[in-house]
Amino acid sequence: MTYEKREFIADLAVIGSGLAGMAASIFALKRGISTAQAGNTGALAYTTGYLDLLGDAGTGAAEHLGDPWAGIRELQKSQPNHPLARVPENDIHEAFTEFTSFISECGIAYGAPGKVNLKALTPAGTTKPTFSVPATMQPGVDALASQARCVIIDFKGLRGFSGRQVVANLKDRWPGLTTERVSFPDMPMGEIYPEVMARALEVPGTREKLADAIKSVRGDAQVIGLPAILGMHNPDLVMTELSRLLGCPVFEIPTMPPSVPGIRLREMFEQVFPKKGLTLVPQQKVRSVEFDTDSVQLVLADNHGPIIIHAKAVILATGRFLSGGLEAEQTGIVEPLVNLPVAQPTSRDSWYSMEYMGRDGHAIHQCGIRVDDAFRPLDKDGKVVDPRLFAAGVILAHQDWIRGRCGAGVAISSAYRAVQGAEQIILQKNN
Amino acid sequence: MTSSPTSQAGTAIETVKTDVLIIGGGATGTGIMRDLALRSVHCRLIDKQDLCAGASGGNHGLLHSGARYVLSDPHSASECREEGEILKRTSSQCIENTGGLFVAVKGDDEGFIRDFPALCQAAGIPVQELTPKEALELEPQLSKDIIAAYAVPDATIDPFRLALENVNHARELNDSTYHPHTTLCDFEIGDGRIIAAFCRDSRTGKELRIVAKQYVNAGGAWAMDIARLAGCNDVNLLYSKGTLLISHDRLTTRVINRLRPPADGDILVPGGTVSVLGTTSLRTDDLENVRPTIAEVDKNVVEGTAMVPALAHARYIRAFSRVRPLVQHGDDQNDRNVARSFALMNHEDQNLNNFCTITGGKLTTFRLMAEKTSDLVAKRLGNTEPCTTATTPLPGGQACKWTEPGASPKYWYEANNSEDMILCECEMVPQSAIDQIVLCAPGAENEMTLEAIALRSRAGKGPCQGSFCGIRIASYLYDRGYYQDTTGLHHMKSFFNERFKGLRTIIWGQQAAQMELAEALHCGLLGLDRLEEKKTNKADNE
Repeated sequence: MTYEKREFIADLAVIGSGLAGMAASIFALKRGISTAQAGNTGALAYTTGYLDLLGDAGTGAAEHLGDPWAGIRELQKSQPNHPLARVPENDIHEAFTEFTSFISECGIAYGAPGKVNLKALTPAGTTKPTFSVPATMQPGVDALASQARCVIIDFKGLRGFSGRQVVANLKDRWPGLTTERVSFPDMPMGEIYPEVMARALEVPGTREKLADAIKSVRGDAQVIGLPAILGMHNPDLVMTELSRLLGCPVFEIPTMPPSVPGIRLREMFEQVFPKKGLTLVPQQKVRSVEFDTDSVQLVLADNHGPIIIHAKAVILATGRFLSGGLEAEQTGIVEPLVNLPVAQPTSRDSWYSMEYMGRDGHAIHQCGIRVDDAFRPLDKDGKVVDPRLFAAGVILAHQDWIRGRCGAGVAISSAYRAVQGAEQIILQKNN
Repeated sequence: MTSSPTSQAGTAIETVKTDVLIIGGGATGTGIMRDLALRSVHCRLIDKQDLCAGASGGNHGLLHSGARYVLSDPHSASECREEGEILKRTSSQCIENTGGLFVAVKGDDEGFIRDFPALCQAAGIPVQELTPKEALELEPQLSKDIIAAYAVPDATIDPFRLALENVNHARELNDSTYHPHTTLCDFEIGDGRIIAAFCRDSRTGKELRIVAKQYVNAGGAWAMDIARLAGCNDVNLLYSKGTLLISHDRLTTRVINRLRPPADGDILVPGGTVSVLGTTSLRTDDLENVRPTIAEVDKNVVEGTAMVPALAHARYIRAFSRVRPLVQHGDDQNDRNVARSFALMNHEDQNLNNFCTITGGKLTTFRLMAEKTSDLVAKRLGNTEPCTTATTPLPGGQACKWTEPGASPKYWYEANNSEDMILCECEMVPQSAIDQIVLCAPGAENEMTLEAIALRSRAGKGPCQGSFCGIRIASYLYDRGYYQDTTGLHHMKSFFNERFKGLRTIIWGQQAAQMELAEALHCGLLGLDRLEEKKTNKADNE
């Protein structure tokens, strides 16, 4: 076997395959920018499929934000360095619209971004504020809002998703909620897995058998909830067909990650991007980035040997600790790829508060890469590190995506701005 | 009389009777419960939290050969040797007979190294000199800089299993009863006797009056407070806080001790698939908010690295701190020099003839402490049966086996039941283990907290520290109907908050990624950080 060095030339290189990296590639494709994307699979498979914008602006309010836009205006005043405070509201709206319409066109329909947050269901029977949900989950949001008579179906052998748990925690708020357990068709024994169930439901015969099983227990339910198993590649079709067979709306509730809706997104991107002309090197870690006078070079390798990507601009969307974009050493937090300075507290003792679930969250989540308004990383003196380098997603400093319920919001909005900036650099170079 | 048996609300308080009330569910309290049950004495054991919540559950799990104390406390050294030998015979299911090494590195006190074998021999402890090369062959993770090494019969012991087995055996012998999360509030005293103990269930607030013939204070670090409730001022304790670290991997086969007078970070003890490094020693006055600090964690790592260099870059999954009670004699300022012997006080000069206090000591000598205490109690009760714990094997209880590393996966593979799903993937704890614990483990009850289940199993002990399995086990308990409303979510929150205390100081490297994912699940997805306060008046078990 010979190992050939392969070289790719693109205008834009995107490092990272999480939500921010995927969003950056979508925005670049829409602008006709030749793009190469590389980097470890991000935490995409850990997402629920819900796209949050902003659920908490850190004001100490008891309730989550009903209006994320009001929260963003609050951030503009109280946390001007927050990534969501640095993207014009129109751009945020446009970014979500472009993102959700792209994935809808590719076969995973999402609701168009609106003015308010939705109350979405979780597998624990709690609700969370989110901004845009897959079409397969929307009827659940609607059923909760309208207090429809609803039965949650769970499955013998499916661990970690208990209809009784969902009902136990929601019954005070939703009296018409009940649960029933069925066996998944042709899988009567042992443990069964959401991914396997989802792929099985792509087959019409399995859907018919499942519909029969559900019919026998559904009672007078007006709407039927299931764990997120409605197909892997054609969820909208699977939902529509199951609804038709049952004669009422059906919906999905996310399961614990890695969950089907996250895997759907990842698989869809990996199939669609190459077809649209994007050079995708998934599942491989970028080893180094070199900023030469003529180009930025990404060095990586796969089973077939080394790969070099030459680009005019680069977007760093490598995520935080879970995805390897940041590393926490005993003595401090570093950004291992470009060695960018990381905004952080002076001592490890300040990373985490004493109370895990205290209201204020933890300082470590505010750590990250400092950028200017064009999302270009800054060095220790506050100067732009390289005009061709942009950063997007949760690697950015001055945000807490977990407590803010703003992971997708930060990823999509900052990717949008980063691509805007990169486009200008590329246009200059091409002229 | 200080009180009549009605609650503040004026309702009648339930009263239960027993021969002996034991306060404190550590190794000693549970040991006394078993010892007395073997003499046909009925006991009730209460703990304000749960088994091994104090120093019994917060140590290395080291069954000392005694060699550590040969210089500072030769009497304790001999006691440790004798007790170690007894426990290895009678309680083998709780013990891994690892053996131990004492190793010195360049710069350690050569006088101490030279005297060590003779000191061991004087205490009757078998000791074998090894060349550094021989030691390195036995334990390849040792530093190349070791200059002396001796092998001694150290071993490891699982204090949770031990306490569970003690309680289980006592229950089987004569229906002696354990009451978890039961706080002692006050004593009813008259005519030189304690008449009753007023207790409160710290989860439900329900009051309970326990009438016993004898009362035993086995409160460990809390023994001074308990004695004062009975009006006794003759228990004087020093509190020494120790912090320890658990590594993700087991680094050595044997217990590794630094061959020097006891100091920080000088013992590394294997425990199943992990190793436990410690300890620091710091005087404290605070018994309730004992948590590891970054400085203590870093100190342990630096000191431990001198013996085992891999500790510098090891992945740590947990740090924990507990307070050791040291019985105060004189005014020695160095806690490591305070004798590690125990004290049994009969309180007769405090005008009480049915109360005693046992405290101090160490895990290795718990049986002897229980024996001495039970002898006193039996004599007072007119019971003439002798102590038999030195010879009677500790039977293995079915529901007690789940704390043993490797027991769950072994059971699961052997049972080969595909319906029995694994709930904790790190430690392979199946549904059937949870069922058995909830139904019949010592201290089992219908709505068990996740902490109580974790204490009785390996759930949450692996690298994820319960962040995944806590969700799964709660889901399973809902599914089985044990959790029926949002209280279950509060149990989850409380479990994750509790586990976090052990994580906060060791979150670097891979643990930072683990923690980020955990918080994303617990807060970002499930919203446990925004859980509404419970509308019922049930208080959380602190």
